[in-house]
Amino acid sequence: MTTRANLVYLIALPLFSSAFLMLLGKIANKWGHFFATAISASTFGIGIVEFIAMRSRSGDARAATQHLFEWISVGTFRVDASLLLDQLSICFVLLITGVGTLIHIYSIAYMSHDVDRRRFFAYLNLFIAAMLLLVLGDSYLNLYVGWEGVGLASYLLIGFWNQKPAYATAAKKAFVANRVGDVGLSLAIMIAFTQFGSVTFAGVKDGAPHASAAALTAIGAMLLLAAAGKSAQFPLQSWLGDAMAGPTPVSALIHAATMVTAGVYLITRSNFIFDASSTARLLVVIVGAITLLFGAIVGTAKDDIKKALAASTMSQIGYMILATGLGPVGYAFAIMHLLTHGFFKASMFLGAGSVMHGMDDEVNMRRYGALGKVMPITAITFGLGYLAIIGVPPFAGFYSKDKIIETAFNAGGTKGILLGGAALLGAAITAFYMTRVFVLTFMGKKRWDDKAHPHESPSLMWIPMVLLSLGSVASGYLLSKGSALVHWLAPVVNSSNAEGGAELMKPIVVSALALGVVVLGVATAIIKYGRSVPIEAPAGSALTRFARRDLGQDDLNHQLLVLPGQAITRTLVATDFGFIDGVVRAVGWTLAYLSQSLKKIQNGYVRSYALLMTAGAIALLVTIWLVTL
Amino acid sequence: MDISNYIYLSAILFVIGAIGVVVRRNAIVVFMCVELMLNAANLAFVTFSRIHGNLGGQIASFFTMVVAACEVVVGLAIIVTMYRSRRSASVDDASLLKR
Amino acid sequence: MFNMSLHVGSTHTPEAVLFWVLAPMAVLAALGMLLVKKAVHSALLLAWVMITLAIFYIAEDALFLGIVQVVVYTGAVMMLFLFILMLVGVDSSDSLVENIKGQRPASILAALGFGGLLISLIGRAVSSTDAVGLTTANVDGNVQGIAQLLFTQYVWAFEVISALLIVAALGAMVLAHSERKHLSQRQLSVNRFRQGSLADTAGLPASGVYARHNAVDVPALLPDGSAAPTSISATLEARGDIIATAPFELVAQEEEEN
Repeated sequence: MTTRANLVYLIALPLFSSAFLMLLGKIANKWGHFFATAISASTFGIGIVEFIAMRSRSGDARAATQHLFEWISVGTFRVDASLLLDQLSICFVLLITGVGTLIHIYSIAYMSHDVDRRRFFAYLNLFIAAMLLLVLGDSYLNLYVGWEGVGLASYLLIGFWNQKPAYATAAKKAFVANRVGDVGLSLAIMIAFTQFGSVTFAGVKDGAPHASAAALTAIGAMLLLAAAGKSAQFPLQSWLGDAMAGPTPVSALIHAATMVTAGVYLITRSNFIFDASSTARLLVVIVGAITLLFGAIVGTAKDDIKKALAASTMSQIGYMILATGLGPVGYAFAIMHLLTHGFFKASMFLGAGSVMHGMDDEVNMRRYGALGKVMPITAITFGLGYLAIIGVPPFAGFYSKDKIIETAFNAGGTKGILLGGAALLGAAITAFYMTRVFVLTFMGKKRWDDKAHPHESPSLMWIPMVLLSLGSVASGYLLSKGSALVHWLAPVVNSSNAEGGAELMKPIVVSALALGVVVLGVATAIIKYGRSVPIEAPAGSALTRFARRDLGQDDLNHQLLVLPGQAITRTLVATDFGFIDGVVRAVGWTLAYLSQSLKKIQNGYVRSYALLMTAGAIALLVTIWLVTL
Repeated sequence: MDISNYIYLSAILFVIGAIGVVVRRNAIVVFMCVELMLNAANLAFVTFSRIHGNLGGQIASFFTMVVAACEVVVGLAIIVTMYRSRRSASVDDASLLKR
Repeated sequence: MFNMSLHVGSTHTPEAVLFWVLAPMAVLAALGMLLVKKAVHSALLLAWVMITLAIFYIAEDALFLGIVQVVVYTGAVMMLFLFILMLVGVDSSDSLVENIKGQRPASILAALGFGGLLISLIGRAVSSTDAVGLTTANVDGNVQGIAQLLFTQYVWAFEVISALLIVAALGAMVLAHSERKHLSQRQLSVNRFRQGSLADTAGLPASGVYARHNAVDVPALLPDGSAAPTSISATLEARGDIIATAPFELVAQEEEEN
């Protein structure tokens, strides 16, 4: 382990910048966005420096740490605020700062008409700081601080235009769903502490072989719950669609590339737990498989371009989670897909933002059509991302997704067939709905009236899109050439010893199958949507309607959680008012009643007062009599 | 005869005086019952003086008598004044402080 | 002094007879005082109780106190009561109907309880002791014995009691005094003629006798001849529309010679 002194600046710079911009207020309105972008770029610079330095080191010295201060020291429990930059973290650092900086640049132009632009950039920087803390923390507790920080930043950014009650509600929904996941993380930390006495990654890793299976499964299940909350996986996926209420750069950064991938990071970081507990691993693949299909089905029915892309994100992260449950090499493929997905999904979201910017914030794809002619750069960058996501060679998604499908089949037995089949089906549906999105938006006949004048976006917007689409094109090849990423991550996740899978299916067979289903999906979409598309959404089949309702996720939550919760609240309120307040009121009422009764003694007659005095004298005599007994 | 019979007599007279204060309505009769109570106390004092062979009890009785006399003077003056202003000597008339 | 009490220091039969004859009578008299309707009867019954008590004091060797009881208590205090009763209304009789609910039963209960407790307590305290008797205390005579104690040990209390007596007398005077507010007409007339000069014997002139003017802007005259400032409207005064009062004021007449 090397000690590097500038890791703290990765977090400190954006954090102070965020505070700075928020405190300065209106003074910083003219230059706040440039300042924030510069800070973000400087963190990217530091990330590059660290990466180069890390590559020049070898073996155990590659991981770098920095001890900041002693945070908690209670009895035998000690947690230091320390940072750990190893091969896994550096991938995320580069992704976060790189994509983050590009999105900062994009936002300068996208938010140029917004009076609160400075505040937006302050929140963006806050997010960068929190996410970096999440991936740089060296213990679960440090990670948790970053975890909460990104939840906060997500809330602030989704509800950025909180004048609209629906947007504010969407922000609250995201926060609450995340909170449920956070409970999982807290419980995992608590169980880890009781089992291992330590919550650092190193400490838990050392203790994992000696712990009981039940404890490991419990920790794994709780970590999975946390990941499900943050990454919008089943059953905590209901917030991602509504989170599209935030500005598009937010969706691109947080809900495509970075925050929603924090769950994948958590599971990968905790590989020693999941490797030791096959039950937890089984739960992981089940969640991943369900979500990838769920997201795909929902994506086919959405007419809102951002919601379609959100469903797509949910589905792709399902792929990543599925991969993390498939053994040591699965982690590497999950991270590979995460990185490539970061590029092409962010690029597509920025493209969607560009389209919305040109179409005066219209999001209904049924009102788009033939925009490719009017916005060529957007169409090209979006198209490259589209090709990447459906897995067309040689674009990025082909390498990462096919590896996941292959590993799924290699898991062996029924499980392998089921998971591989689900992944293939998911690929088919992905191809279908992504083609649908592309065709509805950029091709076909124009369905917009003359009030809309779509135009290409300003340079500050298309330059980041172009840069990201370079990633969509090249990143997959670069990461998988010579199993580069697998070997890079091996010290962290033991991915080089591919124990789990004999090669049940040759890679070429998998690729052929995958391409086959992709072609099937693309063809179906082109046939259905290529020619004419009705502007008003047709009623559709029962499944379509169900998919439009997000497969009933909100109704389920309402029935399972909201209604019982409200019933409990009502009961508690009634108990509080009736019983607890009732006791208090009873005290008052009793006193009043007593006073009313005692009041009758005061009848004004001297003689009755004299009688009372006599009674007092008797009481005195009784006391004396008792005392002298 | 036991000397404590005087004490019992004193107690009985005291109690009768106490009932009288509580039961009678004429202010002057109430006052007379108070006098009866004081006299009963005096009897007790004298008996105690005899029991202990010490004249202190009689001195106390003497003082009680003087005080009772003063009290009667002032009290009756008050009753007369009350009577002059409202033509009635009933103790129940002073009942304005009722609830 | 010849010995009035028989067998001092112990209660032999004569004293017992005395007690058992007089005590029930005292109790009956006290009860009667409680129960009779006419107040005068109550007073007389109380007087009887007091005389009985005086006899008891003498029987118990408290000679001075017995005589004082008769003279002061029965003679002065009860007579005072009777005077006041005469003043207040000798015929006035209390109605024995009780108008406070529950007063009678409660008071009888209280009395019985009180009495019972008192008797049991005092009985417990006293019945075990033997009477010492007053032979040694009265060796120089009862009056001397009392005087000995009164003017040495209790002299301060004695002085205070004397002050109390004086204050009580004063208090009675104050309470009984009434301002004569209503003089009769004859007395008023006599008082008028007894003043310094005869100028006002017929009283002051009625209002308006010396008025010289009845205009609204001329001030009225006060009895001493000067102008009354409040008789003019404030508006006129503010506008300066008042006619000067000097011509209208009365000048004090100088005394005419001869």
